[in-house]
Amino acid sequence: MRVAVRQDDIARRARWVGTVLVLALLGGCSANWGWYVVDPTKASGQTNLLFLIGGLKYTILLSVVSILISVLIGLLIALAGLSANRFLRGVNRVYVEFVRAIPLLVLILWVYYGLPELVGLNLGVFWAGVIALAVGDSAFQAEIFRAGIQSVGRGQLEAARSISLSYWDTMRYIVLPQAIRRILPALGNQFVYVLKMSSLVSVIGMQELTRRANELVVTEYRALEIYSVLVLEYLVLILIVSAGVRRLERRMRADERE
Amino acid sequence: MSGTVIEVRDVVKTFGEFRALNAVSMGVAAGEKIVVCGPSGSGKSTLIRCINRLETHDAGRIEVEGIELTDKTADQARREVGMVFQQFNLFPHLTVLRNLTLGPMRVRGLSQADAEARAMEYLGRVRIPEQAEKFPSQLSGGQQQRVAIARALCMEPRIMLFDEPTSALDPEMIAEVLDVMVELAQSGMTMIVVTHEMGFAKRVADRMVFMDKGEIVETAPPEEFFSAPETERCQKFLQQILGH
Repeated sequence: MRVAVRQDDIARRARWVGTVLVLALLGGCSANWGWYVVDPTKASGQTNLLFLIGGLKYTILLSVVSILISVLIGLLIALAGLSANRFLRGVNRVYVEFVRAIPLLVLILWVYYGLPELVGLNLGVFWAGVIALAVGDSAFQAEIFRAGIQSVGRGQLEAARSISLSYWDTMRYIVLPQAIRRILPALGNQFVYVLKMSSLVSVIGMQELTRRANELVVTEYRALEIYSVLVLEYLVLILIVSAGVRRLERRMRADERE
Repeated sequence: MSGTVIEVRDVVKTFGEFRALNAVSMGVAAGEKIVVCGPSGSGKSTLIRCINRLETHDAGRIEVEGIELTDKTADQARREVGMVFQQFNLFPHLTVLRNLTLGPMRVRGLSQADAEARAMEYLGRVRIPEQAEKFPSQLSGGQQQRVAIARALCMEPRIMLFDEPTSALDPEMIAEVLDVMVELAQSGMTMIVVTHEMGFAKRVADRMVFMDKGEIVETAPPEEFFSAPETERCQKFLQQILGH
């Protein structure tokens, strides 16, 4: 509990320092800046700002769908890696090593431009982005889940077996609930990671936050101001996610009462 | 006593180079209470873990209720067998009640209401019905082990295995667990108990089994076993644990 309190303190201080820095930047340099480009009190600035913020729903949708699929794939790959079956363990090794070796940007390009030629089916930017993000992240999820599941003691498995629970019931009711409590911080990290990496999907034309900023810079020539807004957008999103994960952690800890 | 419910024939179990069980044979009749004792590393825990197929034996055969244990039949045979562990192994993230109802609901297909009624009945029998809504970590060791016994009983097994059920307990909590086990024995349950609690053994055992170095060295009714042990190894062991 003490550690948690200290973490909250640090986070609060960090947020405070961040705010001061940003304000100093905005205020101190305003003479040379062209804030009119995103000034909400001016009509054109307002239009630009709304255009930028409009990317939020795509960034969020892309990240949430990707993370859900990624967790599912990661879990299955982790279970394969912990299986008694040598073939399934092999699948786990090959998948994790292979996927981890591909840079995410390369994966996005391959899925969007390459995959359609292979399967003869056009995916569209959204689903191409989701597949690339989900697959790219799932290798890390698999390793996190494997560590989490392994951290649940042997005695728990034996007790579950002694009351004849099936493999899937043992996972669902005994192992995963305990594993997930322990890996929640790592899962939170991965969510932040996916949220940030979703910016890469801009290269194939997905109208998310980064793409919109890029497009606006091309027409307005005010890179500093527009990208600064972009930085703030990601910062706010990720602070919200972190706060959410921390709340979930606290709730689960209260639940366990260990 | 009639009918053999457990038949162990020439069972061998090795862990790497170590021979934990060396051609062990034993039969258990319905309703029989067997207490297994012996020095640590003698193979007594391995024996009952093989009977519940938590370990797979390397050679020989084990039959439970007439079913030979193989990978395929293990689940079926295990349904007749309850197990109590030294470290309790309760599920820490579930309430006591949920610890007890999970098996009956998921394996036996009971409704929640039926499973809860059954759980409360067995919690009553181990004398802690008032702890049903608590989490395991909120209970004492003795209470946790009684919950573990109730959890096994909720599956209504025909055989109960106990793997040193009081070894992890503080001395003042041993009696409350043994009392529950004595009552269970009096109700006619078939039991194999690995323990060093010789007072308990004298009260309930039909037969004592002494193991050493992976073998059954001596088997005798408790009166003979304690008054006139035949082998030197057994005499020495009894001296050591009863000597002070």
